Amino acid sequence: MKKLKVGDLKKIRDKVQKTTNLRKSQSRAVITVHMGTCGIAAGSRQILTRIMAILEKKKIDDVLVTTSGCAGFCSREPMITVEVKGEPPVKYGDLTEQRIDKIISQHIIQGNLVKEFVLALGSERTY
Amino acid sequence: MEHRLHLLVCAGTGCVANRSFQIKQKLEQEIIKNGLQDEVKVISTGCQGFCERGPVVIVKPGDIFYQQVKETDIPLLVEEHLLKGRPVKKLMYKPSGKEPPVQKMMDIGFFKHQRLIVLKNRGRLDPENIDEYIGFDGYLAMEKALATMTPEQIIEEIKKSGLRGRGGAGFPTGLKWEFCRKAKGNLKYLVCNADEGDPGAFMDRSILESDPHLVLEGIIIGAIAIGASKGFIYVRSEYPLAVKRVKIAIEQAQDYGLLGDNILGTDFSFSLDVIQGAGAFVCGEETALIASIQGQVGRPRPRPPYPAESGLWGNPTNINNVETWANIPGIIQKGSQWYSSIGTENSKGTKIFSLVGKINNTGLVEVPMGITLREIIYEIGGGIPNKKEFKAVQTGGPSGGCLPKQMLDLSIDYDSLTKAGSIMGSGGMIVMDEDTCMVDLAKYFLKFTVEESCGKCTPCRVGTRNMVDILEKICSGQATLDDLDKLEFLAKTVKSTALCGLGQTAPNPVLTTLRYFRDEYISHIVDKYCPALVCRDLIEFYVIPEKCTGCQRCVSVCPTGAITGPRSQPHNLDKDKCIKCRACYEICRFDAIAGDAIRIKSGEEA
Repeated sequence: MKKLKVGDLKKIRDKVQKTTNLRKSQSRAVITVHMGTCGIAAGSRQILTRIMAILEKKKIDDVLVTTSGCAGFCSREPMITVEVKGEPPVKYGDLTEQRIDKIISQHIIQGNLVKEFVLALGSERTY
Repeated sequence: MEHRLHLLVCAGTGCVANRSFQIKQKLEQEIIKNGLQDEVKVISTGCQGFCERGPVVIVKPGDIFYQQVKETDIPLLVEEHLLKGRPVKKLMYKPSGKEPPVQKMMDIGFFKHQRLIVLKNRGRLDPENIDEYIGFDGYLAMEKALATMTPEQIIEEIKKSGLRGRGGAGFPTGLKWEFCRKAKGNLKYLVCNADEGDPGAFMDRSILESDPHLVLEGIIIGAIAIGASKGFIYVRSEYPLAVKRVKIAIEQAQDYGLLGDNILGTDFSFSLDVIQGAGAFVCGEETALIASIQGQVGRPRPRPPYPAESGLWGNPTNINNVETWANIPGIIQKGSQWYSSIGTENSKGTKIFSLVGKINNTGLVEVPMGITLREIIYEIGGGIPNKKEFKAVQTGGPSGGCLPKQMLDLSIDYDSLTKAGSIMGSGGMIVMDEDTCMVDLAKYFLKFTVEESCGKCTPCRVGTRNMVDILEKICSGQATLDDLDKLEFLAKTVKSTALCGLGQTAPNPVLTTLRYFRDEYISHIVDKYCPALVCRDLIEFYVIPEKCTGCQRCVSVCPTGAITGPRSQPHNLDKDKCIKCRACYEICRFDAIAGDAIRIKSGEEA
C-alpha cells in the first residue's frame, strides 16, 4: 500500500464521511418513507430507492433517509414526511418517482415547499 | 449506492460470549433474504458499555437500542424494522417497574449520564478497520502534532490539560513525559501498560477492543513529544480479543505509514510491538513490567532510579496506562483548555469505571471527574437489585478501599478518594449490598494480594500473610480484641514499608473496613455474630416448622443428607451433618412451595 503523507488523512476522512455522518446522527433534514403494508403495496420501496439514488447523485450527505410504518392515511400512499431542522414536518402524498425528483430539488435543496403535493403540515396530537 | 441504515452489533468480549458473532451472521443472512443488502450494512463494533444487557444491537440513524437479542429474534427484527420501518418494542430495554420500553439510547439512564472522551468511538466504528477510525477524525491529532507542533509544545499542552495517570496513582502525565524527554540517552522507549489485573475491572481491555487506533495514536504522539523510537504494548494474554485487534491495528497503521520509518513522509520514525504478559498482578507495577519485557521474572525493584532515567535495558522509558494514552489525541486535537474545562480543580477530564457487583446495570461507564458515587450507582447503575440495601462500594480493586453509605455523596476525584482512605485506582468499582460481610470481603481481597505477592520484600510476603491469618481467626470467632489492634498495626506497617505499589496498597481494604465498619469486626470478635450472615463458623441453618410444607426440595439438594423428614411434614435439619453450603436455603427461597422456611441465624440466637 502507498504510504500516506501529511494531508492525506483528510482525504480518507472525507471519503468515508458519508458513513460517519450516518452514525453521528447529525443531519439538517430527515426524509421518512412510510412503509406500512399499504405503503409497500402502493410502491413506497421504489420511492425509497429513488430518494437514495438522487441524494447519491447530487452528493447530498447531510440528509438522512429513514422508514416508518403506516401514517394512517392509506389511500394517499406512497407518502413521505420531510423534516428540515427547525421547521415543522411536512407530509407529501400520492407520490411518484417524478414527484420525488421535484420534492428533493425544491424542498430539500432550495428549502421551498412543493405545495401541490403537500398533504399536511405539522404532526398529530399525542398524549 | 450508500447504505441507508447501519446496524452496529457489539463485539466486545461480553457480547461475544453471548453469541453476538452468530447474531451478526444471522442478521446478514436475513438481510440478504429480504433483498436489503444494498440498503443496510451490519458492522461489528467494540464494547458499547451496557454489558448487563448484551448482546446489544444499535440501529443508526435513530439510535434505536436493542438488547438481549437472540438469533431467533432476527427474522422479526429484519422484517419489521429494516423492511417496514417499525422498531420492535419487545427487543427494547425496559427499565424496572412497569414503565414502557425505551427505544433511544439517550433515553436510557445508563447512557444519559455518561460523557464520552476516551470511549467516544465505542459502538460506532469497526475497530478492525482503520478507515472508519480516520473517518471519525482519527490520526488527525497525530498529524497536527507531527506537522505543526514542537515536542516542547506537545508536552506543554499535556501539562496544561491537567491530565493525570489513569493507571491509579494519578501522577501528572505531562510532567512524566518531560522527565523522560530531558533524560540523557539517544534511545528512548515507550510502554503502554495494559496489564489490567484488578478483579472485576475491564476498562483497558474494552478500550483496546473497541478503539485500538485511539491508543496507537496517543502512543505515537507521546513518541513525538518524548523523542522515543520504539514502543511496546504490554497486554496480558488473557485478553485474546484485545491482542488480536491491537495487532490488526498496528499492521494497518504500518501499511498506511503511520507507524515505522518516516511517518507521514517526515523524518520521524517509531515502531510498536505487542508483548503478552502471563497475567501476574505485580507486572502492572512499572519496574516489574520492565523486568517482564526484558525476559526476566516479573519482580519490582526499588526506585529511584525511575524508569524515566533508567528503564528498559537501562534506557529512559516512559510508561503510561492504556486509558492515559487514549486521552492524548483528544487533548491535542481540541486543546488543553477544552480538556481542563471538564472535571474538578485537581482532577481533569473523565474517568472510566467498570461497574460490577450488586448493581442492576453492570457495565462500563465513562463519567466526568467530580461526579458523585450516588450518581454512578443510582442514576447510571440503576441501583441495587432485589430491593436490597446498598452497603459499600470498593474502588480501586484489591489496592483500593471500601466506602460506606455515608460517603455516597463523595466527589469522585483523585484527592477526595485518597482522603477517604481509598484510591482512584485503574477504575474498578464493585458495589456491595447488605448481604456482604465486610470482614469476609477484606479477607477476600487480601487473599488475592497474598497470592499475587512476588515475595521479594518481607512486609508484603510475611505481613500480608499474617494479616490473612488474623482475619481468618476473626471470621471463625476465635479472635480477641488484641488481634484487632495487631491487625491494624500490621496493616499500617505493611503500607509504609513494602517495596512496591502492590504491597503498599494491599492493606487498604482492611484499613478502610476498619475505619468504616469497625462494628462488624467487633461483633465477630465479641458477640461471635456475623451481621451479614456470611461467615460459616458463626452461622447456623434451621427450619421454621410452621412455614415448612414438607415439599422435600431441600432434602433432594442437601449433599450430606442433613435434612430429613417425610413428605408433607416439617423437615428436620441435623446441625452436626450440615456443612452450611446454602443449597437448601437458596432452593427454599426461590423454588420451594412454602418458600423462606429455611433461615440462617448467627451470634446469640444461634
